[in-house]
Amino acid sequence: MAGKDPGTTDTGNQFSAPVPRRRVVEALLGSGFLATAVAFFYPVLRYLVPPQESDLGGDSVVAGRVGELKPNSGKIFRFGQHPGLLIRTAGGEYRAMSATCTHLSCTVQYRDDLHEVWCACHNGMYDLNGRNVSGPPPRPLESFEVQVRGEEIYVRRRREA
Amino acid sequence: MSVWHSLRDWLNDRLEWDDLIEPLRKKAVPLHGLSYWYFLGGITLFLFVIQVLTGILLLLYYRPGANEAFESVQYIMTQVQFGWLIRSVHSWSANLMVFTAFAHMFSVLFLKAYRKPRELTWVSGVVLLFLVMGFGFSGYLLPWNTLAFFATKVGTDIAGQVPLIGKPLMIFLRGGEEVTGATLTRFFGFHVAVLPGIATLLILLHVLLVQRLGISVPPKLEVEWNANPAMKREMKFFPNFMLRELMAWYVALGVLGALAAIFPWNLGVKADPFVPAPAGIKPEWYFLFMFQTLKMIPSKIWFIDGEVLGVLAFGVIGLVWLLLPFFESEDPSRTKRWITGLAIFALTYVAGMSVYGHLAK
Amino acid sequence: MDIWQSNRQLVISRGFIPEKSASSCIRRTADSSRLKPAGMTNLWALILAWLPLAALLLVCSLSYAQTKNSCLDCHSALPDPLGVGQETFGHDIHAQKGLTCASCHGGDPTSDDADKAMSRKAGWKGKIDRAQIPQLCGSCHSDPGFMRQFNPSLRTDQLSQYKTSVHGKRLAAGDTKVAVCTDCHSVHDLRAPSNLASTVNPVNVANTCAHCHADANYMSAYKIPTNQFAGYSKSVHHDALVVRGDLSAPTCTTCHGNHGATPPGVASVANVCSTCHVFQAQLFDSSPHKDAFAAAGLPGCVTCHNNHGILHPTDELIGTGDKSICTQCHTQGDAGYAAAANMKEQLVHLSTSIGGAEQILGSAEQSGMEVSQAKLELSQARDALTKARVTIHGFSVKGVEGDVNSGLAVAAKDYKAGQQALAERNYRRVGLGISLVAIALVLVGLRLYIKQIER
Repeated sequence: MAGKDPGTTDTGNQFSAPVPRRRVVEALLGSGFLATAVAFFYPVLRYLVPPQESDLGGDSVVAGRVGELKPNSGKIFRFGQHPGLLIRTAGGEYRAMSATCTHLSCTVQYRDDLHEVWCACHNGMYDLNGRNVSGPPPRPLESFEVQVRGEEIYVRRRREA
Repeated sequence: MSVWHSLRDWLNDRLEWDDLIEPLRKKAVPLHGLSYWYFLGGITLFLFVIQVLTGILLLLYYRPGANEAFESVQYIMTQVQFGWLIRSVHSWSANLMVFTAFAHMFSVLFLKAYRKPRELTWVSGVVLLFLVMGFGFSGYLLPWNTLAFFATKVGTDIAGQVPLIGKPLMIFLRGGEEVTGATLTRFFGFHVAVLPGIATLLILLHVLLVQRLGISVPPKLEVEWNANPAMKREMKFFPNFMLRELMAWYVALGVLGALAAIFPWNLGVKADPFVPAPAGIKPEWYFLFMFQTLKMIPSKIWFIDGEVLGVLAFGVIGLVWLLLPFFESEDPSRTKRWITGLAIFALTYVAGMSVYGHLAK
Repeated sequence: MDIWQSNRQLVISRGFIPEKSASSCIRRTADSSRLKPAGMTNLWALILAWLPLAALLLVCSLSYAQTKNSCLDCHSALPDPLGVGQETFGHDIHAQKGLTCASCHGGDPTSDDADKAMSRKAGWKGKIDRAQIPQLCGSCHSDPGFMRQFNPSLRTDQLSQYKTSVHGKRLAAGDTKVAVCTDCHSVHDLRAPSNLASTVNPVNVANTCAHCHADANYMSAYKIPTNQFAGYSKSVHHDALVVRGDLSAPTCTTCHGNHGATPPGVASVANVCSTCHVFQAQLFDSSPHKDAFAAAGLPGCVTCHNNHGILHPTDELIGTGDKSICTQCHTQGDAGYAAAANMKEQLVHLSTSIGGAEQILGSAEQSGMEVSQAKLELSQARDALTKARVTIHGFSVKGVEGDVNSGLAVAAKDYKAGQQALAERNYRRVGLGISLVAIALVLVGLRLYIKQIER
């Protein structure tokens, strides 16, 4: 690895390197270090800035805010990778359940005229507890736990353990 | 340059480290056909530093806990700016580090760099290798996906097979009888606090020893150079070898970046303890050789349970590995051939079983 | 009191009130007291009066059935068709409710003597004549007052329903080949319909009907097809009910009735289907096909979908392709043909759009991009396709367009999202390329620097 540098045109003088060459090397090295430093620090600095959306989703989501839903109405919210249905009953209490119909996976909706959950695809009906009461759905809708904390309505999967 | 000098002098007045640094200036790296292998230790160190840095960054967003861990990693991958890069670099660097650690260990083994007076360097290195595998095992669980969950279950089950202390060991590792959120919390503690703490101390010891004792020369060459000192070829560590190492580190950085951008680490599916284990669950590749061995041992040998025997065997081998230098001769012309043979066997066994384990169903 | 009523008395007395049954034993057997000599009369009378009771009590305490059923003692060892064992009979719901062989066959189940047990005097009927079976079963099952003791919510109109059925009418006309109660419900191991092993549990009904209706030899005199079971076995309804256990799916009895089993007439088949397939029926009724089919004497639903072998419908059924049904009536040039082609094309268009969006999102995800929101929204497009496949039954191009267009909008949006994700991926790779160039610069610089200082 150590040895004569074949690229040198100056054959005898060991003390002064050709000045332009050294400059080139220094410039190259300097710009290289700078470029890699930027390429390294730019993503890190961007990373340190927290994103807008702070909600993680997952097992517990904010499905809505108090006052957003009138009694006897419902809304679809995102629960992880699937839609959920948040209902405010005529009596004012909140119910939440999966919004994926157990028949052929269409998205269900709340019918305020029938006070039941309805699937528009094949007329499947579920009651306010998610139980399949009429039509093709073979299984009930998975029901979720609702918790009102302050202004926010949290929906959580039911957990046994 | 003079700014640099005055800064140095200012520090030296207050730290009095000049006489400590002095020997390092003289440190030299032996030059021979196999000198390239000397890079491996440095690369492993570099990757460890990368792990610490990316790990700290990940800590800013990661949430340990069965109900949030997966989602927080998903968040990092999708919502955080360049989160995908930090996380993928961390995962890839982890795998590369395990590989370079093994390669470094084998190169030291074949170059016989563990001979007196470097036994403690070897011992600290082997312990570090075990720690690195522990890092891998504990870190793998943290995203809380299905593969990790079941790999942890299988791995801790095997730990439970150790005679006498197996069951308490398994409960200690799992934080309970089964793999649960408690296991995740515990592994998180191991991964970010316990293991880094111990590893940092050992690395300091290891690197210090290397600096103090110098770089070892392969035995044959040592004999030659002892006989004929004029043949000795060396390179100064600072700055010559260091600069070359820096090049190697930049190459490693480039490789990491490319891997992270082109093959980002995947998320998997969130772990569900009630779902049956998917068929063909395997641990990460660096455990495959042990896993495959255990799978191939017959279920009963004589009256002893096969798996227990396997675990015990690995334990004994680990101990032998740790104490290997103490079997070696001091005299470079009389190095033990059986150790070389053992090294060759170990390398082929680990490599072969890893490939076999990967291909097997 | 006719022979059926006296059996009922036997049932009441034998089944529920052991003491009464004992006393009836005594009533029956202690008549012989008048034959004894005068001097010993009282003692003998006493012994004779109580002996049977003692014997009965002894035997009753030894037997494990709630009521003594001596018939099984012999009949469990006999070969078919006389063989009925405790194992079989133990599953029978009538036995579990306390009835015995004598409840239907008459005779004396308490006696171990075959002659006494099967004596005509004791009311023994032997094998029940097929033509008499419905009446026999109906003697209890049509009496609400009686059935109330066992299950107040059980229907009691089975016999009257049966009489309106094809089976019932033919039986009345003298044909004993038709099904009677025991053919479907089994006998001696009759289980409640809710029991999975019952021959009339919904998942087993088709098999039960097929015993006769799929037997070409048996049915040869009747000139009706015997391919219904074969068709049904291939159908979506079979798949749902028998394979997936979805009890909302129909079996033979759901459309034909069970006790009043009769095929629905051509005009009323659609009513049967529309009980579950409400939307399709409503759409069909408002479509031009309703009147056209009625005029041609074609049944709604069945004409396109078959009656028994209802396969999973595919988009191939619509349009003008070779598997399509529309071309059976419509020919090139008529309005229906054009409409069919149009609707098919719309469905295909939506289906391929969804496929395209799925593919691009999949490949973006594979490259590590986050597209879960877009994938979630794509399910709306799939909903629209499902709805469009229902709307088809209105046979109106405009109607289908509505659903298809909303689906296309979503699919297009998601496709764009996929393209954006891929663009982001490419941006990452460009970024990588730039950093690699920077690293290459450093490497070259270091190499040169090293060379320089080592000169």
